[in-house]
Parts: sequence; structure tokens; C-alpha cells
Amino acid sequence: MAKYIVKRIVTAIPLLFAITVLCFAMMNLAPYDAVDTMIKPGMSDELVALMRAKYGYDQPVYVQYIKWLQGILCGQFGYSIVTGQSISLDLSVRLVNTIKLILPSYLSAYVLAIVLGLVAGSHKNKWQDKLIDGFASVGISTPTFWVSMLLLYIFGYKLRLLPIIGMHTIGQEDSIIDFLRHFVLPYTVLVIAFMPDLIRYVRSSTITQFSEDYVMVQKAFGASKAEIMFRHVCKNVLLPVITKLGMAMPMLITGAIITETIFSWPGIGPYFTTAVDGLDYPIVMAILLLSSAMVIIGNLVADILCCLTDPRIREMG
Amino acid sequence: MHMETTKNRKKNNRQRRLDNVLSALKNDKMSIFAIVWLIALIAVSLLAPLLPLDPTTTNVTEMLQGFSSQHWFGTDELGRDYLARVVYGGRVSLLVGILAMLASASIGILVGTIAGYCGGIVDSILMRLVDVLHSIPWLILVTVVSLFMKRGIHSIILVIGLFTWMGTARLTRAETLSIREREYIQYAQFMGVPMWRVILFHIIPSAFPTIIIVATTSIADAIMTESALSFLGLGIVQPDTSWGSLLQRSQTYLQRSVHMAVLPGILIILTVFSFNKLGNLLRIYVEPRISEGERK
Repeated sequence: MAKYIVKRIVTAIPLLFAITVLCFAMMNLAPYDAVDTMIKPGMSDELVALMRAKYGYDQPVYVQYIKWLQGILCGQFGYSIVTGQSISLDLSVRLVNTIKLILPSYLSAYVLAIVLGLVAGSHKNKWQDKLIDGFASVGISTPTFWVSMLLLYIFGYKLRLLPIIGMHTIGQEDSIIDFLRHFVLPYTVLVIAFMPDLIRYVRSSTITQFSEDYVMVQKAFGASKAEIMFRHVCKNVLLPVITKLGMAMPMLITGAIITETIFSWPGIGPYFTTAVDGLDYPIVMAILLLSSAMVIIGNLVADILCCLTDPRIREMG
Repeated sequence: MHMETTKNRKKNNRQRRLDNVLSALKNDKMSIFAIVWLIALIAVSLLAPLLPLDPTTTNVTEMLQGFSSQHWFGTDELGRDYLARVVYGGRVSLLVGILAMLASASIGILVGTIAGYCGGIVDSILMRLVDVLHSIPWLILVTVVSLFMKRGIHSIILVIGLFTWMGTARLTRAETLSIREREYIQYAQFMGVPMWRVILFHIIPSAFPTIIIVATTSIADAIMTESALSFLGLGIVQPDTSWGSLLQRSQTYLQRSVHMAVLPGILIILTVFSFNKLGNLLRIYVEPRISEGERK
């Protein structure tokens, strides 16, 4: 099994490398760079040349790439074109805020979806199934930003129950209750957004399991439905669902870009959309790189989890 | 004689598939609804210029009104009839959805069949490219690319088309791999039929059922993507409108006229839902096993 994992890691590395090349190429194709924004009218050409040299823009592209890559490996993403601030510093603050929002939402959605999916799958074509599957089908078709807007309208404007922007009220940064009041709406939106996909997955694999021969054998031996469900079906359904946790890792960064933007949650979302509006390439590329890396790492984790939980794959190694 | 039986069997087979779909329809009112909705939507979109709808006339005395007999869907911030705005927005959303699907399906099918048919190094290179593009979260990828382009209908179709074909490519490749092993393909290869002919006349028609299912659901995805991008201000921009850009504008007036936000959203849900359902029905037609499994 160790061999399998090593093999997967080795194949992931060139992929990561390709993505860094892609990001860097895009950044170079961009019509202007970080130094252009620091130049003020009236600066002499020598000074501009000096600044270019300071940030390394006078060197050939491949040298720039290697320097950039070195920086990234040390956790240095460069500087924002617009504000001139260190991207790594900004990201570290915003990433924490994003994770604070997404982690609880995803875990809640995960647990709820497993329960609902199992209920739906084991009551196929009965009312429970129709209700849950209907919710999932509609949920998949619903834009999250629309749900956000409706919740904003109902709870923020109409009922005036909850604050509609930000993470804290100014002056109450330490109050947990205040945080929770800001947290409820985006959290609800995200739970609704994450659930449908998972529900469908759990439901369809439950249905598949129930049509397996071993269930028929169990029935023939007179096992009760609950017994079949909890002793056998559950186990087989839940193992592959664990790998979904790995696949969900990139969500920790990019799972809530739109929702965060609507609720002005000070996470990656508004940071990214502001950067896009301001054509702040280094930030956009940093997020692109980070999120892609998370996808690859997430898939790797999913594979490893799959391998750890499923003996059949382990033997294949 | 022999011909006759194959023909009969083929006919029976088609009848059985159709029966599967019909019986699925009978049990599923949602699917009937989806089909009716899609037909109505497409009809209204095509006939919109003939209908007594005027999306451009502004009337400042009738700003942000609610529902009335004169304006069924109320009016927007410039007093324009919102029903007309929504209908014309739907035209754009649907157009973007369908054209983006065509673009992405064409690229996906091309890459998928070539990779699957050629195998070897071509396959590896193309599939690694798919892996790389697939590793970037779609929202980020599409946003980044839209940065480099002028905003508008053309570029959004292009962006969605160019960067959402990876799933189709993987699926078509898998199909091609199995079709390639069939005797008639090997015979064609043996006869020296050129690659493009084999792909165009033998492989693509055989993979067509799978392709059409993916295409249907990818219309739904494209409509969703378009609405999200337009909502972020990266998609359709004035003077064009789509459901997404209507939603974006409605944000400002949320407090005063919530109908401006509710209506386009409901239409997006209905349409995306219906395309997904349609894809599901086509799947039942193409893969009879699924419906049997479901009915057990």
C-alpha cells in the first residue's frame, strides 16, 4: 500500500508543476506588472529601471519564474499591485476567516446529507425519498447567490433579526454571540449549497447496495430491514463517502467565494473578487495556484483514504 | 429473413426503450413538468419579438412597481416592464447555455475521441492537459480567463465553452476506448480508412447517446455558470441582460422591490432543473439498465 501512495504522490508532483507554469505564464501575459503601479509621474527612467531591478523584472523570464517558484515554496506569494501589501500576510488572515465559515458548514452538510441520503435510499420511491430527492434536485439547480439574497431580504431587511454584512460588529470583535449572529446566514446558505450533491451520492449508492445479492441473502435468512441497514448497507455506503472528505478540501479555499462576497465575510471571496475587479494579477494567481494545489492534494488524500478503507484497492496496490 | 428479424428486434428495442421512458414519465410528474416548461420557455424565447413585450421603454413615473394587470411582473428601476426584461433575459441565458454547450461539447468530443482512438503518447498528453485544467476550481478558472477578455455575450460563451469541456472529454475517451475494440472499427482500420473518417462516421455516432446526455446537463451547467459570472459582474454586461445580470442589478433594490430578485432566480431554478431532468430521461432511454435498476 505504501507503494501505491508513493506512486500517487509522484504523479501529483508534475501536475502541480504544470499549474505553477500556467499561473506564471498568465501573470506574464498580463498587460502590466507590479512595478507599473508603483511608478509615479515624474520619476526618472533610472529610478524606474532601479525599481524593476529591485523586484527582479529586468531578468529573463525563466529566472523570474524560478525566483517566483522559490518564493512560493517558502510561502511568499509576492505583493499586491493595488495595495502593495504582502499577499501571504493578507491570505493568512483571510484564510482563517474562510475556514471558520466553511469548515462548520461543510461538516454539518456532510452529516445531514449522509442521514438524508440513507433515509432516501432505503425508502426508495416512498414519500421520504420523493421529498429528499426532490429537495436535492431543486437544490442542485438553485444558484447559491439567490438563496443568499432571499435570506438577506427576509432576515436582514424584513425581520431585522440578523446583521447582513461582515463577521463582527465594530467594537465587538471578541463577542462570540455577535460572531454567531453574523455567522448564521452564510452558514445556512452554505449548508444548503453543499448538501444536494452529497445527498444524491449517498442516496444512489444506498440504492445500489440494496440491490446487491448479499441483501437478498440476508432477507432470505429473515434479517430485519434495520439489521441489514445498519450492519451491512451502512458500512458499504459510508466507506466511499469518506473519500468525499478529501475531495472537499479545495472547498476550504474556494467553496464560498460568491457567498462570502454577498455577505462581505472578510475571507478569500471578497479578496478574490476585489482583486479581479482591480486586475490585481498577483493575488488572482496566488489564489488560483493555492486552490489548484488544494484540488490535487485533496484528490491525493481521497485516494489514500480510499486505499486505507477499502481492502480491495489495497491489495491491488 | 435474417434482415427482417434484426429489423424487428431493433424496432422492439426502440419500443422498449420508449416504454421505459414513458413509464418513468408516468411515475414522475416532475419530469412531465420539466418537458412542458422547456417547450414553453423555448417557444417564448423564439417568439419574443412577436409578443407585445417591450423591454427597452423606460417610464420614470412607474419605477419599481409591484405586480399589476398592466405589468404582470412589475417594473424595474427605470420603469421598464419586468416581464419583458425577464423574457429577453431568458433569451440570452438560453442562448449562452446552448452555444456554450455546443462549444464545450465539440472540444470535449474532439479531444476525447482523438485521445481514446490514438492512445499512447497523444492520449497521455491530452489527458494530462485535462488533468491540469480539471485541477483548477471552475469559478476561479473561468474568472481568471474572463479577466483577459472583453466582457460580453461572445466572450462568456467562449470562456464557458473553452474551459468546461474536460468532463465531456473524459467520458468520450472512455466510450471511444471501448468502441475502438469493436470489429467494425478494426475492419475499417484494416481497410485503411483514414482516422478522421473512422472518428467522424463510426466512433462519434456510436458514442452519440452518451454525448447527448452530457450535452443536456451541460446546458444546465452553462446557464448556472453564466448566471454566477454575470452576478459577479464578469459575464453579461449592459445593455445586454441575462437572468444572472438581472439578479445582479436587483441587489441594489432588494429592500424596495424584492420581486426583481425573486423572479429571475425562480426561472433559473426551473430551467436548470428541467434540463437536468431531461438529461435523466435521455439516460433512461439510452441505458435501459438504469430504469430497470430503479424500478426493482
